[in-house]
Amino acid sequence: MDQKVTAPTIEKKTLIGQRVKKPDAPDKAIGKTRYINDMVLPQMLIGKVLFAGRPHARIVSIDTAAAERLPGVHAVLTGKDAAGLRFGFVRDNAALKDKVRCEHDEIAAVAAESEEIARQAIGLIEVVYEDLPGVFTPEDGAREDAPQIHDNFPGNKSLYFEFSHGEVAAAEADSDFVVDNVFRPHHVTHCCMGTSCAIADFDHNGKLTIWTQTQYPYNYKMDLAPALGLQPGDIRVIQPPVGGAFGSKLDVYPYEPIAALLAKRTGRPVKVIYSREEEFKASPTRQPAIIHMRTGCTRDGTLTFRTADVLLDNGAYTSWGPTIPVIMMRTVSGHYRVPVVDFKAQAIYTNNPYAGSFRGYGNVQTTWATAQQMDMLADMVDMEPLAFHLKNSQVSGEITPQKSFLRECVLVECLETAAGASDYSRKRKEYAAARAEPGRYKKGIGLASSIHNAGGAKIHKSDGIGTILKVDDYARVTVITGASEIGQGIDAVITLIVAEELGVPLEHVLIVNNDSDIAPWDVGVHASRTTFIAGNGTRRAARKAKAQILAAAEKMLGEPADTLELRGGSVVRDACGTPLIKLDRLLRQMHFQAEPELVMVTDYYEPKSEPEGAKHVSDHSAAYSHAVHVAEITVDTLTGEITVDKITMAQDVGRVINRMGLEAQIEGGLAIGLGYALSENMLLDRGLLKNPCFRDYKLLTAPEMPPLDLHFIESDCAEGPYGAKGISELPTIVIAPAIANALYNATGVRVFDPPMSPEKVARAIDAQRQAAGG
Amino acid sequence: MSLETEINFTLNGRPVTVRVPVAMKTLTMLREVLGLTGTKYACGEGECGACTVKVDGRTLNSCLMHAVDCDGRELVTIEGLKSPAGMNPTQKAFVDHGAVQCGFCMPGMIIQADYLTDDDPQLTREQAQRGLEGNLCRCTGYTKVLDAVEAAVEAKRCGR
Repeated sequence: MDQKVTAPTIEKKTLIGQRVKKPDAPDKAIGKTRYINDMVLPQMLIGKVLFAGRPHARIVSIDTAAAERLPGVHAVLTGKDAAGLRFGFVRDNAALKDKVRCEHDEIAAVAAESEEIARQAIGLIEVVYEDLPGVFTPEDGAREDAPQIHDNFPGNKSLYFEFSHGEVAAAEADSDFVVDNVFRPHHVTHCCMGTSCAIADFDHNGKLTIWTQTQYPYNYKMDLAPALGLQPGDIRVIQPPVGGAFGSKLDVYPYEPIAALLAKRTGRPVKVIYSREEEFKASPTRQPAIIHMRTGCTRDGTLTFRTADVLLDNGAYTSWGPTIPVIMMRTVSGHYRVPVVDFKAQAIYTNNPYAGSFRGYGNVQTTWATAQQMDMLADMVDMEPLAFHLKNSQVSGEITPQKSFLRECVLVECLETAAGASDYSRKRKEYAAARAEPGRYKKGIGLASSIHNAGGAKIHKSDGIGTILKVDDYARVTVITGASEIGQGIDAVITLIVAEELGVPLEHVLIVNNDSDIAPWDVGVHASRTTFIAGNGTRRAARKAKAQILAAAEKMLGEPADTLELRGGSVVRDACGTPLIKLDRLLRQMHFQAEPELVMVTDYYEPKSEPEGAKHVSDHSAAYSHAVHVAEITVDTLTGEITVDKITMAQDVGRVINRMGLEAQIEGGLAIGLGYALSENMLLDRGLLKNPCFRDYKLLTAPEMPPLDLHFIESDCAEGPYGAKGISELPTIVIAPAIANALYNATGVRVFDPPMSPEKVARAIDAQRQAAGG
Repeated sequence: MSLETEINFTLNGRPVTVRVPVAMKTLTMLREVLGLTGTKYACGEGECGACTVKVDGRTLNSCLMHAVDCDGRELVTIEGLKSPAGMNPTQKAFVDHGAVQCGFCMPGMIIQADYLTDDDPQLTREQAQRGLEGNLCRCTGYTKVLDAVEAAVEAKRCGR
């Protein structure tokens, strides 16, 4: 082949670790992105739900006649229309209820021509309730004489988990110090800016298309099907852009089957969308818990054991919330080197709202306890906390009691980096010394860390991903992948990896990942897994395509494939960068030659991890990671208000892939953690939510975001794409106890039940003064 | 049942005449009557800023403003910021600095940031923090948003 190329050489440049813009950002910035909330289909009806508004009651009667007579109403459904269609983790839920078990129980649903008519129709439904005594704490729910919430779950007992390793009694006898506290992590909720929404439509053959905000499209089909009496295969899931998810869309919630039941009844597309008040009341929460934790150590500061006895407020139904012990126990057994562990967690049904998964999944609650007890023990041993942490830090190659294999572990580097950059040890000493001095404002500094899965978590049968990649005649690459984009930035990561492997411009990569009829399997966006799993899947698929392209180039150019490389849209000599042929031209020649070939490859990637298993002894993630946060705060000892002045963070990210996306995920994760720590709180009064609005449920705002000093430690994970690990949950997990430890450093008080609101902090300081006789 | 009235106003530089129910909010008119879905509903009670639009050069929550009060005024929504030449400097800064994640709050956030940077060419990061206090974002932690505002100030100063 005579390829006359006079173009200058193309140098090798890597995109790994660069700052890449999100491909979805421009349309979002100009208001063009059509979110599911914005969607309107021809003939579409609006669905509306009648919520119970009481926590526990028998439904005596429902009269829907007036609602049905209202012009513009097409269907009114009640519990009898969903009879027998149980769904949920333990099949305890239904789209429409036959009994009230929590405030937001869905009693009836209407489909009408407009929102206004649907609202009116809801107002015309007459329900007679007989209120029942309720259960509002797990302690009350566990009492022998407690009212029963579900007939088939005696004692209000929901899920139970346990793990133990070694002899606690012996370890305790060997301990010089033991801390023993009860921590009470609270109800908070996701507050996605886009409220919950689903649009359902059936075709003539009975196949359901559902437009949804789900972040797990494939198992979603399996979970939705029983709520409708359908086969999972008869459900097509389409995922338009969503206004946030953060774990809240990792299960099926009743509004989704309600939309489908209404669509089935009316034969028309039906959209159900929540108002903000409905969103607060009816969406899942983070799982609240009562954690009785004990940790021991010897006089030289070596940890001896840790136990956790956990009672979970299951709420009225079982979603992902009560499954968090799967992750809680990994932290109890793996947060620092703990030789002896005992963990038990019982979930108890109550008439409160029920919890789903939420970024940090159980580890937010657990680290709140473990990281404070580390600080307390250091104090008891009279060791500098950093030294205490370092003494008990794991290193690469260690295996935890649950068999989490810490292949690449840089906890020591994370500790030293965060402590060093923040001047932690010096400030801590200085602030502690200043505690007793007069003055209203006290400064404090606190350090906390945690461990989290960073290479998926094999809690399903598969933690894998399918990828289809094609390169067309114009060298445009389409990646058809199961990985969902929910705003977190996986599209940018996939784009970057394809551009890195195939040497094409970023803007020549197209991603199709929003239709379950097209894209192959993925378990979903959860467990900090998507960059790790989809990154590997994309890279493997791209490398297969590259091998095919370079093999063809070898034939055409007569140069060995292993001396060639794809760069800058051309095939080049790897050694010198001399371009030999434009990639699009080569692709056309491949396509239109005597023995034509198209570049289209498939890949299925299943990470090297072990199924969780009933005993919870398995290497359930392909990677684990640590983060260390140092919070610097000022406490107003009069009002109890905490101002966060600065956060220094060091996290094992494996390898930076898209630096801009990584920073963005860490910053956003910190903000959710800060809200959890300081202000967010669902105020429940006998099961009724008293603050279902942003005025009374306080999210972090721009002026409250402190300066951040982020340090990314690159441990180069052997299994991760280019060495990367999953990153997005640790920032939410670690910050709250760092602030709690800073509060202690500043004032000598601790708050065990978040949030550390001004009222609680002021009360704790006051109690301390009174105890001191002042 | 609902009383309607006709109003005339300027929307993104073009005159508009529309009949709206007197009880309708500007947000609903923009989204459901005029099809401008860029402006978002996220709370409906003026607490989150997702529905922020410019009215006569100042910003306000369109969920709180009755549509009839648009009569005779000049509205700019997120769709009206960009020109045929492309994104305006604020929009571009938000994209370039990674300030957009799920993006749902962004139309309101960008309108507010655009107003702040137009209103005060010397806007500091601290002033931007206060100026964006009424715009909630659940994804970003505001850090990249503030980076973007600083870049927008700079871009506008350089006349880009």
